[in-house]
Order: sequence, then C-alpha cells, then structure tokens
Amino acid sequence: MSLTLNLLLNGIALGSLIFLIAVGLSLIFGLMGVLNFAHGAIFIWGSYAGLAAFNASGSFLIGIIAGTVAGIVIGWVMERLFIRPFYGNHVAQILLTLGLMIVLTEGLKYFWGPNLLGFDKPAALTGVVDVLSDPFPIYRIFMIGIGLLVLVGVHLLLSRTRYGIIIRAGVQDPEMVQALGINVRRVFSLVFALGAGLAAFGGVIAGPSFGSITPDLGMANQLNAFIVIVIGGIGNFPGAALGSLLIGIVQTFMAFYLPDVAVAVSVAMMALVLIWKPEGILSVRR
Amino acid sequence: MTLLQVENIQTYIDQFHILQGVNLAVEAGRVTVILGRNGAGKTTTLRSIMGLTPPRAGRVVFDGRDIQGMQAHTIARLGIGYVPEDQGIFKDLTVEENMKLAIRKADTATQERQEFALELFPDLKIAWKRKGGNLSGGQKQMLSIARAFVNDNKLLLIDEPSKGLAPIVVEKVMAAILELKKRTTIVLVEQNFIMASGVGDDVYILDDGHTVYQGTMADIRGDEELKKKYLGIAI
Repeated sequence: MSLTLNLLLNGIALGSLIFLIAVGLSLIFGLMGVLNFAHGAIFIWGSYAGLAAFNASGSFLIGIIAGTVAGIVIGWVMERLFIRPFYGNHVAQILLTLGLMIVLTEGLKYFWGPNLLGFDKPAALTGVVDVLSDPFPIYRIFMIGIGLLVLVGVHLLLSRTRYGIIIRAGVQDPEMVQALGINVRRVFSLVFALGAGLAAFGGVIAGPSFGSITPDLGMANQLNAFIVIVIGGIGNFPGAALGSLLIGIVQTFMAFYLPDVAVAVSVAMMALVLIWKPEGILSVRR
Repeated sequence: MTLLQVENIQTYIDQFHILQGVNLAVEAGRVTVILGRNGAGKTTTLRSIMGLTPPRAGRVVFDGRDIQGMQAHTIARLGIGYVPEDQGIFKDLTVEENMKLAIRKADTATQERQEFALELFPDLKIAWKRKGGNLSGGQKQMLSIARAFVNDNKLLLIDEPSKGLAPIVVEKVMAAILELKKRTTIVLVEQNFIMASGVGDDVYILDDGHTVYQGTMADIRGDEELKKKYLGIAI
C-alpha cells in the first residue's frame, strides 16, 4: 500500500471520529441556535464512562452502551435545567456552556484524577490486516465502519422518518413548525440528547484509538467539530459529513508532512469558507 | 355562532406597543376580512391569535375555550390553520414532505381533504417531489394554504395571500379561497380591497393597532368616505 493511500485511510478514520462529534453539534446549533461549548466535554465523559464500564464488564459493547447512555443523560439534563431558560439568548448560552464545559471537565478530574488513563483496544479489534499487501490497524477500519454506519443511520432518520422531517423543518423555521401543531421544544430536547449521545458514543470509539485519555481531550476534539460545522454549513447534515472527511484527511496529511501547522491549516480552511461561502461548502444560493 | 372572539388584545413587539385594543368576532362559516394600511397591526393580530406573538392583555376565545397564554402548537391542535405572510414553506423539504409534516392524523378524512386541496391546486401535484425552495411564489402560496387546510381545522388564518403574486395567480388563489369558504371559517388579512371584497362577508378595519370599524362587506363597498379614510383608496 502506498504512503498516500495509508494516509488517506487514516484520514478517513479521523474524519469518522470528527463526524460523530460534529453531527450532533451541527444539528443542535442548526435547530436550536445553541452553540454548545460543552459538547467536547460530553464527548470525553462518554470516553471515561465507556472505559469504566469496559473495565468493569470486560465487554467493549457494554462500554459503548454505557458511554452513550451517559452522554444522553448529561445532554438531557443539561437541556432541561440549563439551556431551556436561555433559548434565543446567545451570549448567555455561550457563557453557560463554557461554564458547563469547565464543570464537566473538572468533574472528570474529581472522579478519575487529572492523569492519563490507559484505554486498550478490545481483543477482537486489536492487530492489523493486510490492505493492498500492507498492514493497516483493524481498529481504524472499525472506526471507518462505525462512521459509515452512523452516517447511514442519521441519513435514514432525517430522510425517512417523521421526526427527521420535523428536525429538518425545525432547522429552517422552528416557529412555523410550532404553528403546524408540533411541540418544537420536545423535539429540541430529543435532538440535544441525541447529539450528546452521539458525541459520547464518539468518545468511547475514540478512546482506544487515542490509547489513553485525559479530561482535557474534550476541548481539543471540540475545536475540530466547530471547524467542521462552519465548513459544512450550520445544521447541514451532508455538509457535516463532507466537512469531517475533509478535515480528517487534511489534518492527517498535514500531521505527516507539516506537523507544526496541521491545526493552523484547518483553521485557515474554515476562514476561507467563511470568506467565500459563509453558508457552508454545500450551500446553494437561491 | 361566534367561533373566535378577540377582546381588547394588547400586544407588544419588544418595547413597541403594536396592538392597543383589537376586537374581533368571527362567525362560523363566514370569511372575515381584516383590512388596514401597512403597519396597522393586521399580521400581529393573526400572530397574537396563533400564540406566536402572545398578547400581554385581553382575551382570545376560540370555540368556547380561552386560548390566551397557550403555546402555538397547542392552539394549532385545537383546530386553527395558519398561512403566514411569507408562506412559511420549508425550502429544503419537498412539497410532499411539507404536506406530510402538516398532517396530524392520517385518516381517510385527511386523505380526502388532501385530494381536494390538490384538485384546487393541480400545480402542487406536478411539483409533488420538488423542494419548497424551487417553487414559484404562487406555488408556495398554494402549498401554504393546502397545508393549513389538510387538517380538520375549524378556522384558517390567511395573511395577505395576494402579496407579491401576479394577477393571474391571485385570481387562482382567490378562486380557491372561495371553494374553501364552503368548508371552513376563514379570517383573511388583505391590503388589496378589490380582491378581499370578492370573497369577504364581514369586515374589520384596523388602524394604528386599534379596531376602528366593524361591518359587513356590503356596507363598506358603498362607503367611499370610510375607504378613503382608513384604506387610502378611492374607487
């Protein structure tokens, strides 16, 4: 396998991971106008909760379920208690979610300590397989598969179900959805919990690929998700998928060839999109 | 029978006191037209009834229930369909999805109403799989009316359906409203008096956030003084 193909596959694996964080963030921002700065903290809470359950049960699947449920519960409680009173007040939301990010991150340090915690791969996903006669980690292939599964799952949810139609309509005009007799607030809660659950799910999947986790990893991964939702367009699901893939691949190549400027290039891409296509790369002007 | 009673509502948008005493009594089975100049408070009156811009004082009674303070989705479910001034079409949803979203109960009566609406507006059948953002202004208006009618709504609130449309399309929309009138009660906000006079039974004129006239369409047709004073028209 050529170096380029190897980097490309690694980039797709990283893109899958970024997508899991970005898709929820994008839907939450698009539908509810809430810029959730605590999204990365939920991601890393999923990682820790998943690791604890994985260690206790020995089953990675139970770890995934536990981490995802932790994210859903945190998201649901957060929306009901803290976000709901501040819909429409963006300054309050930013301050509030920044505060929640700090509280959630410090909470992890309180329960698990500030140091690195090892997160081993499950035995079944350890090792390498041959891809075009060269070894490639099984876990990265698993990550790509998970990314594809979530992509298809969210696509089917948004395109084939009534809830999906409500979410897509709500992203465009929540007031009109309300005027059609649909309780948009209930949909808001559901999407917030779903987005948080997806981030936490991503946290569990990411853990073994990081090898070890710390509470501060949430913020670092959140930055990529914010870049993606700007590049893809707010609330634009295909945009989030394409943006994640793009950032994952670009960052992997840059990390290999020009590691010192890898993050700067992503931020520069975001800035270019903001200048030339502020509604996202897939937006169509009408 | 009075289906909708609006009593002295006071509505604010931010610090601005927009409605300062609007009164309406909408009789079932009739078309009540709200007339008035730009900025008179017509759109805010419909939004206040719908609960989208809730009044701070006054009373709104629909079908015997005080709906003042209820959320918009609850008010809609009581049987009020709303066609906003900007049509409120979801641009990334197809015509079919826009209709699906509106349907609250998928029964045969709803199916029959949908078929009736599509007979009224055959353009929608042709554009069934087209996205809302790709529709013409007239098609958007037709879809908005069809969407409000498809449920078993006792009352339709229609805000300026002629706005921005070509005269030939306005005629089509008005013909459809005349058909809908046989099946439901309508409150129609309109600036185009000639158009409104063709479909309306009762008339309210708003001026500067107040109800300043109440009567029948027949009365106002012959009252040149009134039309000149509040509507700025002389025919």
